[in-house]
Amino acid sequence: MTPNQPDPPPHQSEPPPHQSEPPRPAMQIEDVTFHYPDQPGLFSHFNLRIETGQRFGLFGPNGAGKTTLMNLMTGLLTASSGTIRLFGHEMQKHQRSVNKLFGYIPQDFAFYQELSPVENLEFFGAWSGLNEGTIRKRTRELLEILGLGAVRHKKVQQFSGGMKRRVNLAIGVIHRPRLLFLDEPTVGVDVQTRHAVVNYLKQLNESGTTLIYTSHQLSEAEELCDTIALIDEGRIITHEALDTLLSRHRQEGLEGLFLELTGKNYRDQSV
Amino acid sequence: MFVMPVLLVMIVTGMQSGTFELADKNKLPLLVCNRDTGAASRQFIRAVDTMGMFEIHPIPATQNEAMIREKVYRKEALMAVVLPADFSAQVAGRTRTLAGKVLKSFGLGDSAGGGAAGGGGIPLTLYYHPILQESFRRSAEGTLYSALQLVESRQLLKTLYFSINEKELPDTLENELLSNREKIDEIPVSRNVNRRAPTVSQHNVPAWTIFAMFFVVVSLGSGIVRDKRSGSFVRLKTLPTSYVVAILSRQITYLGVTMIQTVLIFAIGVWIFPFVGLPRLDLPDDWWGLILISFLCGWCAVSYAICVGVFAETEEQANGFGVISIVILAAIGGLMIPDFIMTGPFRTVMKFSPLHWCLDAYYSLFLEGGKLKDVWANVLSLAIIIAGLQGIALWGLKRKNLI
Repeated sequence: MTPNQPDPPPHQSEPPPHQSEPPRPAMQIEDVTFHYPDQPGLFSHFNLRIETGQRFGLFGPNGAGKTTLMNLMTGLLTASSGTIRLFGHEMQKHQRSVNKLFGYIPQDFAFYQELSPVENLEFFGAWSGLNEGTIRKRTRELLEILGLGAVRHKKVQQFSGGMKRRVNLAIGVIHRPRLLFLDEPTVGVDVQTRHAVVNYLKQLNESGTTLIYTSHQLSEAEELCDTIALIDEGRIITHEALDTLLSRHRQEGLEGLFLELTGKNYRDQSV
Repeated sequence: MFVMPVLLVMIVTGMQSGTFELADKNKLPLLVCNRDTGAASRQFIRAVDTMGMFEIHPIPATQNEAMIREKVYRKEALMAVVLPADFSAQVAGRTRTLAGKVLKSFGLGDSAGGGAAGGGGIPLTLYYHPILQESFRRSAEGTLYSALQLVESRQLLKTLYFSINEKELPDTLENELLSNREKIDEIPVSRNVNRRAPTVSQHNVPAWTIFAMFFVVVSLGSGIVRDKRSGSFVRLKTLPTSYVVAILSRQITYLGVTMIQTVLIFAIGVWIFPFVGLPRLDLPDDWWGLILISFLCGWCAVSYAICVGVFAETEEQANGFGVISIVILAAIGGLMIPDFIMTGPFRTVMKFSPLHWCLDAYYSLFLEGGKLKDVWANVLSLAIIIAGLQGIALWGLKRKNLI
């Protein structure tokens, strides 16, 4: 992997805000309520704001609602009430156009294993609304950046776990999203791949992409995130810059902070 | 997607061709145990042989009932007929009684016929294997009754002639009286001037082509389930393009598959069937009607497959339900059993099978010589079914939050 050529700045789908106006937050969740039939009151009047350009980490014990919150933010689930806005655009009213602004890297491999990386990128690139020329160019760039150039035409089912994670990542960023959701992007990969992926994500952020990241790999989160929120049972326990939080709680690492704030008991979900 | 449907149509048509050529070409073996020594039994056997339905296998008169049953049980033939030792005597006695009655009604002779009491029937015994379907058995019995009637008629004529003229009925006159039957002019009702009798290919190729089209449920239905359960579906939901586009694109692809299947099977019916001993498939004159009906049948099959895929939770569910439901719909739709012999409730249920409307349309074109204007009711029915299935699929996608 050769992460020495960062992506160019993300495509602006709208004119930049006027200089005197404060930049719109990347994500704004206002008064959102959502619950599953067997889990009433999971999110009740929930609020969260994530600024543009942040490397935001979302953490919490099992069953805290991280995945549900991620699904609400990406539109996979619909809130019962409240609004969710991406860069000022309301998700529920403008779902299709809002989808152009963000990319999603799910925890499960989200591509067609029987296709090659090129074919997957062409397919999902077309679904992202890109034209043929742009798809071809981006495919070339991404496969080089992520070290998959030599295997571009091989079927993904033949790849190692680390290579599949990189394909997963490439598909999520092909359309140069302004906001990138990452759900456990490096689970099951070796140290080299994890290191390379984290560096690439940092470069993406430097190019202007806001990152919303969730993982159980707290050491990785410390390296990647500048702001974190800790949620438990659908409520935000803390939401602050990482350095400030660690300093205030006199913790050296995120793991210690996590255990201090959420406790050490098992958090098994009810069966 | 292509080889198996072609094999299916060829094999089923080949098997069914035996049914269509039951007389003359594919005769049913019949064991005949003749314990009689008179002329009437020989005439009966000759008459049965002439009718062309049976291949006569004589067995010795010494064979008892248990032996005959054993032969039928072992399927040396599925039927056996036993003529009793007094068959000719019984025929003679019966005809004498009948002749006496006829003469008395003319005011000639008396009614005492003499001989064996002819009130009862002649006790021919027919053994048949239980696997012989009732329709075949009835057909075989009808032939035997016809042969028996011929023998009785011959005997009756001879007896009457002798009673009146006191001499034997001349052979030439006997043959003239018994052979000079009225002919039946068989005309297949057709919307065009074509009077050709429909062949096994005309009946089977359209029917099993429809069956093959609907088997697209196996690949398309399970493909949709695979999409839903895989991570790629989650990604598709977060992209700007609607999943409805994905469903439509799959429909177009699989519609193309069904059209290719249809063209391939029909082409084989036209050009290959004659080389394998099957009648050539005659395509309808109205090509636009054929294309439209084929398109609608294919789209109906695809719509059904999508419905199955939307509601099934696993690939096993989609495949299992899909395959068995198609067999059921084919059965009630008239593909396996002609709809005209279905009983009351099934005639109503039949109308709910999409395959029924597909088959009815194809038969209008292939068997009745119809044109597009003659199948508008089928076009409308198929369009309604397609719209219904698509609507149900969309509702299912919405309910499951897939779109």
